[in-house]
This record gives sequence, C-alpha cells and structure tokens, in this order.
Amino acid sequence: MLRGITIFIILSSIVFESNARSHSVCHQCDLPTLSIAVNEVSHGDTLMLEKGIYSSPGIEITKPLTLIGKPGAVLDGESKDYVLKVLSDSVFISGLEFINTGKSYTKDYAAIYIHKSSIFTLSNNLIKGSFFGILVEKSKNGQILNNRVLGNATREDQSGNGIHLWDCDSILISENKVSGMRDGIYLEFVDGSKIIKNYSHHNVRYGLHFMFSNHDQYARNKFEENGAGVAVMFSKWIRMENNRFINNWGTASYGLLLKEIYDAEVLNNTFQENTLGVYVDGSSRVNYSGNTFRQNGWAIKVSGGCYTNVFTRNNFLGNSFDVSYNSKMNDNTFNSNYWGSYAGYDLDKDGTGDVPYRPVKLFSYVVNKTPETIVLLRSLFVDIINFSEKVSPAFTPDDLVDLSPSMQVFK
Amino acid sequence: MIKIFKYSFSDLMRSRWSLVYLAFYLLLGFVLLFLNNDLSKGIITLMNVIVILTPMIGTIFGVMYFYNSREFTELLLAQPVKRSVIFFGQYLGVSISLSLSLIIGLGIPFLAYGLFRSGVIVNFLLLLSSGAFLTFIFVALAICIALFNTNKIKGFGYAILMWLFFAVIYDGLMLLSMMVFADYPLDNFALVASFLNPIDLSRIMILLKLDISALLGYTGALFQRFFGTNLGLIASWSMLVFWTFWPIILLIRKAQKKNF
Amino acid sequence: MIQVKNIQKSFGKLRVLDRVSFDITESGIVSILGPNGSGKTTFLKILLGMVIADKGFILYQGQNISHSHRYRNKISYLPQIARFPDNLKVKEVISMILDIRNEPANPESLIELFGLAKYMDQKLGNLSGGTRQKVNIVLTFMFDSPVIVLDEPTAGLDPVSLIKLKALIKREKSKGKIILITSHIMSLVEELSDEVVFLLEGNICFKGTVEKLKAKTNTEDLEHAIAKILES
Repeated sequence: MLRGITIFIILSSIVFESNARSHSVCHQCDLPTLSIAVNEVSHGDTLMLEKGIYSSPGIEITKPLTLIGKPGAVLDGESKDYVLKVLSDSVFISGLEFINTGKSYTKDYAAIYIHKSSIFTLSNNLIKGSFFGILVEKSKNGQILNNRVLGNATREDQSGNGIHLWDCDSILISENKVSGMRDGIYLEFVDGSKIIKNYSHHNVRYGLHFMFSNHDQYARNKFEENGAGVAVMFSKWIRMENNRFINNWGTASYGLLLKEIYDAEVLNNTFQENTLGVYVDGSSRVNYSGNTFRQNGWAIKVSGGCYTNVFTRNNFLGNSFDVSYNSKMNDNTFNSNYWGSYAGYDLDKDGTGDVPYRPVKLFSYVVNKTPETIVLLRSLFVDIINFSEKVSPAFTPDDLVDLSPSMQVFK
Repeated sequence: MIKIFKYSFSDLMRSRWSLVYLAFYLLLGFVLLFLNNDLSKGIITLMNVIVILTPMIGTIFGVMYFYNSREFTELLLAQPVKRSVIFFGQYLGVSISLSLSLIIGLGIPFLAYGLFRSGVIVNFLLLLSSGAFLTFIFVALAICIALFNTNKIKGFGYAILMWLFFAVIYDGLMLLSMMVFADYPLDNFALVASFLNPIDLSRIMILLKLDISALLGYTGALFQRFFGTNLGLIASWSMLVFWTFWPIILLIRKAQKKNF
Repeated sequence: MIQVKNIQKSFGKLRVLDRVSFDITESGIVSILGPNGSGKTTFLKILLGMVIADKGFILYQGQNISHSHRYRNKISYLPQIARFPDNLKVKEVISMILDIRNEPANPESLIELFGLAKYMDQKLGNLSGGTRQKVNIVLTFMFDSPVIVLDEPTAGLDPVSLIKLKALIKREKSKGKIILITSHIMSLVEELSDEVVFLLEGNICFKGTVEKLKAKTNTEDLEHAIAKILES
C-alpha cells in the first residue's frame, strides 16, 4: 500500500513537472557513474539506476532529484564516507541498496544523510552494514517509508543508529524494519512527527529512543528483543498507542522507559515478557489505559517523583510483580484495572470486585532491597509475609489501592 | 520386587485414602478450569499448589503407610525375600500410587478442557513431573523417619515437622539470613541454599518457566548464567534426581539394620 | 543343621541375648522356654533374619544366614501374634504368600482341616483372633519346609483346633523335620518336645531332653522343674 503511494507520488512528480526528464544510469550508459549523473542532469530530473554496483562514497545531491533503483542497483560507500548526502529540498530516493559506509568515532557516517531538506521521501531502500543507516538533520516534512536497515552491531560504542533524526519537524517514519543497530530509531529535538508500524528488533540499545521531542506520536510499532524497548526521555505530549513491547530481557531492561515525561498518553499497548514492562522515572500527568501487561518481571516500576499519573482499565496478567515502588509515597491513581492475581469476589455482580486490590507486594519491596531474594518468589513463606502486609501495610504505600478492580479481562 | 510392589500398590489403590486423594485432584482440576476456563492460568495456580501439597501428602502417606503396614512387612520378612526388595517394593507402591492419583486426577480435567489442542502441554508435563518427583522424595524421607522412630506419634510428629521445615521454615530462614547479610554477595548462597531444599528446587524450575523475565533482572553474573542458559534447567533436574536417590539409599540402608 | 554361635543382642541398655550358642543337629521338636522377656522371640526372629544380632552368627546347613534370604525358603514361620494387612481377604493373603514363595504347597487340605472355607472371602480385619491364628497356621504349614518355627502356636485356639494342630505338628515331625516351638503351655511342651532349650536372662541355663530336666531338678513334671530353676 505504502509502496503504491510512494510510486504514485514519484510518478506524478515526473509527469507534472513538464520539463523534468528521466535518465538511465548504468556502466555502459552515457551516465556510467552516479557522481557524473548527479552533476550532468538538471533540476528535478529522474535518475533510473540499472542493476550494478556503483562506487559512490560521499556523493552530494544539491538539487531536487529523484533517484530510483532498479532491482540489484547498489550504492557502495567503500567504507570511506557517507554514501549519499542530500543537501537539497525535494529529493526522492527509492529502491536502492546501500552498503559499506565509513566507520568513525568522530563523524556519523550514514548510508543516507539528509541535511536542511524539506519535502523528501526515502522509500523501499535496503541498507546493510552501515555505521548509521538514515541520518536526518534540521529537516522537515519528510517521509521515511518501508526501508530496511540491517546491521550486526554487538557493542553500543562501535555502532550507530538505524534511523536517526535530529532537530526535525513533521516527519513520518512508517513501516520500516530496523535490526542490529545501536538504537533502532532515534529522535532528538523532533517535533510533530509520527512513527507508525515499524518493526525494530535485536538492536543493541533501544528499539526507539526519544530525547527532547514534543508532540510526537508513535503507534502500532513492534519492539522485540532489544537491549531495551523504548526510551522516552525529557519530552512532552507524546502519544504511544497500540505498540507491542516484547521480550526485552536483561538487567534493568524494560519495554518502555519514561524519564521526565509530562502529559503523555500510553494507550492500548501490549507489554509481554519484559524484565520491566514500564519503568516510570520522574514522570507526571501520564495516562495509562487499555494496556495489557503479560508475564513481565515487573509490570510497572515507579521510582523518583511521579505525580498524578492515572492507571485505568489495564490488564495485568501473570506478571511476577504487578507494581513496584521504591518509596512509601504515592500520588498516582490505580483504578478499575484487571489484576490476574486478584482473589476477591463480586457479590453485587456489578463487574468490579467488592474488595480493594493492593498491587504492591511486600516481597517486591524486599527484592528492591536485596535482589538475590528473588529466588524465593512464589514460595509459601513469601505468600505469608505478603498476606500479612496486605492486612496491615507497614512498608508499602498504604493508599496505593485499586478500589474497583475489574472482574473481567478487558478485551 | 515386582511382586511386593504389586501387592503394596493394589492394596493402596483400593484404600479409601488414595481415592480421596484422587478425588481431591479431580475436583481441584475441574474447579480451577471451570473458574478460569484457561489452561495456562490453571497450570500457574496448580504449580503454586503442587509444590506445597505433594510433599505434604507424600509425607503423611509415607509415614501412615509404613506404620499401618507393619503386619504386612513382618509377614514378608519371614519369607525368602530380600529386605531391600521388601522396602523398595513398598516404597514404590506408595510413591507410584500417589503419583498416579496426581497424574490421573489432574490429567482428566485438563484433557477434558483440551490439553492437546493447547500450547501448554510442556508446562503441564513439567507440573506433573515435578509433582511426581516431590512425591517420590517426600515418601522416601517420611519412610526414613518412620524407620528411625518406632513410636508412631513421634514419627508422625517428626515427619510433619520435616515437611513444615522444607515448605516454610527453610525459606523464612533463608530470607532472613539474606536480609541480614544483604551487604555481601549473595547469589552463590541463594542458589546453593535453594538447591538444598527439594521444594525450593522444584519451585525454581517453575520460576524458570514463569518468571524468567524477572529473574534476569538481577545483575549477578552467576544468576545470569544460571537462569539465562540451559544450565539452570539441567542443574535443577540433576539435583532433583539426586534428591530422589539419597533418601532411598538411606531408607534401604536403615531397613537393612532395623529390628522387627 | 542349625548352629548358633555366640549370639548377642541388646535393645538399648537391655541385654536380651548374651552369647547364646547351641546346635540343633537332629530332626525333632525343640522347645525354647523361658520366662517373659527371656529372649525367646528375639532368638527366633534372629533365626529368621527379622532382628539383626549385635554379635555372633547363625549357620543354617553350614551357611551364615546374615545377609542372606534364600535359606528362608526352607523355613516356615508362625509369628506370635497373627497380624495381617486388614484390607486383604483370606484367600488373597494365601495366594500372595504362595506367589511370593513360589514353591509347591498344599493349602486346600489345611483350609478344610481348620474349616476356613467359609472365611475365604472375608477381610482379615473382620476375623476373630482365633480364626486369624488358623489362617496363620495354614500359611505356615502349607509349604513342605525342613524347618518349622512356631512362636506361641496355640494362642487363641479352641480345644478342637488345638488337637488338630498337635496332630499336624506330630505329622510334620514324622517327616524328619526340625520344629522349633516357644510356648507357655507346659503340657504341650512336655507332650511334644524331644529337646528343651531353657533361656534365662539371655543365657542358656539348660539344654537337653525333658526327662533330663526333670531328673536334674528332681521333679515330677516340667512345670515344677521350671519353677525350680527360676527359684534357684
């Protein structure tokens, strides 16, 4: 579908700009290399790259152009430099394969580097073995659609990010697949952008990483087996909907980290088998609703000053710990959630339990203090101390209760 | 030995208590599945129950059977049968009949609710096998206690105490000592201590299935290696086998020396 | 046939048998006598391997019986108290023992002799003490063992059965068997015994025929002879 739209956009741009022409590029053609081709053709032209490997380290595109790769068209950065540097507005790049960017500790070599561009589209490209995949700076109104970025990173300090945006506005990142990079998708000072239906997996650090970005939305993405799922830091007004956070295992690994986040919405996401489902640190006025937490180590871990967050209509199913606090203070509301370990009853048949539920267990407090005690999870003794704490809370926030726990799982 | 086993087994299978035990598991299985209507949730609940319940039943039955079958034992002792065969045969009779009650009692409800059509069959087998192992271990321990105590009341008391120790007190002591020595590295201690208690051992195997995400949250390298790889599963199973064998060996050795 | 060498056994501080040695070489009926707690039953149980001696050993046909169980093929034992698993039926316990020993046996005639046919489908727990003793007797005598050990065989028996039992013992003796008996019924001992072993405080204080015992104590009957030994 997206592919169709992109091709339509590209074709329509060719058709409607009456003076624009299309040129073939191949080793035997009049335009045998990409650098010659880029210099020769005029503003707004289209380059069709035939099958073949084109040596193209650090090629700069300084005028509006359309680059379309036929199957097997490969741009090779020869491990020296960027591959393509886009320094103009209205550039469309589609169907190309990029290999071998340079690697450096001082320069962020990327397969596609976009700088101060407006209205650009990158679609259906394949990027392999690059340091950074797609690096976009100071740009706006761009689309990054259906690209694949495949890396084989093993260490954070020797790898770059798959799709990296810095100081951008109104960008759509959709249906991309990123794996084996440092961060799958990284956004810093990016406002008003959407990240939809991407699949970010097996990245060394985060599947998706937000910093200082406001008014963004990410939805229907899947984040699987990354160092940690998604880190959202120092940002405001972020909507997170219908994403899946799966199998992010490891020490302090989590599905979603919210650090210094204000006024965000976390809706209808699924957190499954993560060491921490959501790790909330110093975040306030965040709504959590309709999420499902299944078989996580800790579904929700709250630390630092978190105020007036609301958790409602979420499902908590088979987590080792539902909610964990590191203090006795609580200013957040838990209401009308479904708790798998709720043992109460509903005599008046109104669909909510008649006995309040305390999601914070004494044992989670013990494990916070002495992590090794985790081996005693699910033992009878631990059940007994949890029960005694439930009867008279001494260590856990006594006002942290769900007064109307749901009897039914929310669909 | 097959003969001795056969007579103990058929004797036990006809006894009222085996039927009660079987009926209990049938009821438990059906009620759980009726309330949850979800096999995997039923299994999780049962795992918590089984780790405590099978050792208790094994202990009580083991002691009771030993004291009640004294006549049978004496009758056999005068026959040309080896002592080890008599006791091992009786031990197998108790353990297997209890394990069978467990397997049939839980198997029927789960089969009725479509076990084979679900993806939880591995977990269910884990549940049954750890229950069976615990039964074997605690029946052996209980018979050992009975062999060492001719006085019925005393033997019964010690056996219940043993169960209580392994089921609750041990974990309490472990938790307490870990909190007292919280400033020291404890991951070795935590693992070794869990291995020295068969109930904890089975519980850890269940944790490996259900709570792996939480277990991997801890930083210790040993934990990471133990829980993050197959090492944990292999080590726990071999330890459980070891736990099954030594009380049997103790039982047979004590039986060789015992006067009747 | 049976050689007893220096058998010693204590239960806690109580020494029950203290270096007991004797031989039984010829067939016939040997009675083991002694007051309560003199170690009679303990000795029989050691012979059967049910109690383990602290010191000493017993040879059966020249073979040490400790750590062996096969010799019990050749011994039939009638325990002092007829105790069986309560929820087994009479016929089940008989077939079980037959199954375990797996030897030729003839229970039918004994069942008939003691009139047990009507109890065959009863559970042992429901039987009277005397009937259970009859079952006990059937189990003991149904095999053709060269050695028969009878611990208080008459307990709970009615006179008719007692006569039948005595006949049975005599019949077995006539086949050239060794029969070991403990009993408190002196008339029975006097009637049956070829030889008497008298245990007192864990020691043998007399071994020989009943006549010799009477002659030694200079008494008319066995009861008085024993009383005299105990007084001295």
